[in-house]
Amino acid sequence: MSDAERAPRPGWMLVFACWLVASASTLGALFLSEVMAIAPCVLCWYQRIFMFPLVLILPAGLLPFDRKIVRYALPLALVGWLIALFHVLLAAGYFPESIRPCTQGVPCTDEQIAWFGFLTIPHLSLLAFSTVGTLLILTRMKDSR
Amino acid sequence: MKQKTLLIGSAALLVLAFAGGAFLYNAKKSEEAARAAERNRSHLVRMHSPSLGSSGAKVHIVEFFDPACGTCRAFYPFVKKLMAADPDRIKLSLRYAPFHERSDIVVRMLEAARRQGKFWEALEAVLASQELWAPNHKPQPELVWNFLGGIGLDFERVKRDMDAPEIASLIAQDIEDARTLNVTMTPEFFVNGRPLPSFGYDQLKDLVDNALAEAYR
Repeated sequence: MSDAERAPRPGWMLVFACWLVASASTLGALFLSEVMAIAPCVLCWYQRIFMFPLVLILPAGLLPFDRKIVRYALPLALVGWLIALFHVLLAAGYFPESIRPCTQGVPCTDEQIAWFGFLTIPHLSLLAFSTVGTLLILTRMKDSR
Repeated sequence: MKQKTLLIGSAALLVLAFAGGAFLYNAKKSEEAARAAERNRSHLVRMHSPSLGSSGAKVHIVEFFDPACGTCRAFYPFVKKLMAADPDRIKLSLRYAPFHERSDIVVRMLEAARRQGKFWEALEAVLASQELWAPNHKPQPELVWNFLGGIGLDFERVKRDMDAPEIASLIAQDIEDARTLNVTMTPEFFVNGRPLPSFGYDQLKDLVDNALAEAYR
């Protein structure tokens, strides 16, 4: 505890950055659905399930710093990353019609937003999960040295 | 502890950014909606709509509604109370936005009942029994007949009239106007052409009060 107070472990900033990304993504997702009233599709919901908990879990490993946080947070980030990857590929049309899920309600291939002409919501999600995953893996490598 | 300050400070900043963004976005949206309503004013009022209240009233509430919509049902007594408080100065027109699947069939029944002078009775019976004929928000129009018995309708005539092409085109017109006016949720209210700034009883009451004060200075 006193260690962490005087000289922050190198991993602290990485996990903190991770938390910033997760929080920004969570609030961003809530903004899209609650403020802009864009209904999330099924795949978006699964990605939310793996992103939202990070906002609460990561601070538990920050105060005080606990390197074990990587063990708890990384599985969430990895599964979320896989779903986001699937979503991006699905929206890009890499899968045949028959295995496309969620034809009821909001189709996952609907493009709700395209920032700069190409950046869609699934892209942002994949970017966020990639960042979170990379930062967590970096934390683990840095700290074990 | 510095780290703690950093964490809590960032959390506060993020939440603040969210709230500020939401505020700005909503302000922009309601301004746009007001401008769109102003631009499309001719789409707002049609002669064919069922109306309540004095025809000379200077305050005109236009409500887009869906007979299968739970919030429309919840709003109905409130709107009636609002009307009852000032029946000579407020007029209500109902327009259809049957967003639920198959609720347009119920609208056709209502319009057929209207031809027998029983529109409001039928509407109240339909709203009162809404949960029974639209369980889990899935309208089953064939069940509606069970709840129209008490108001003295000639069912044979209703069944004949509800397929009238005039009724179909009236509903189509309402749906098209709803789209033009950007009505995506029901109920949606316009008071003298102005949409609700945000959804709620109080907002509707404020809008009506302001319109009354403006029209009857």
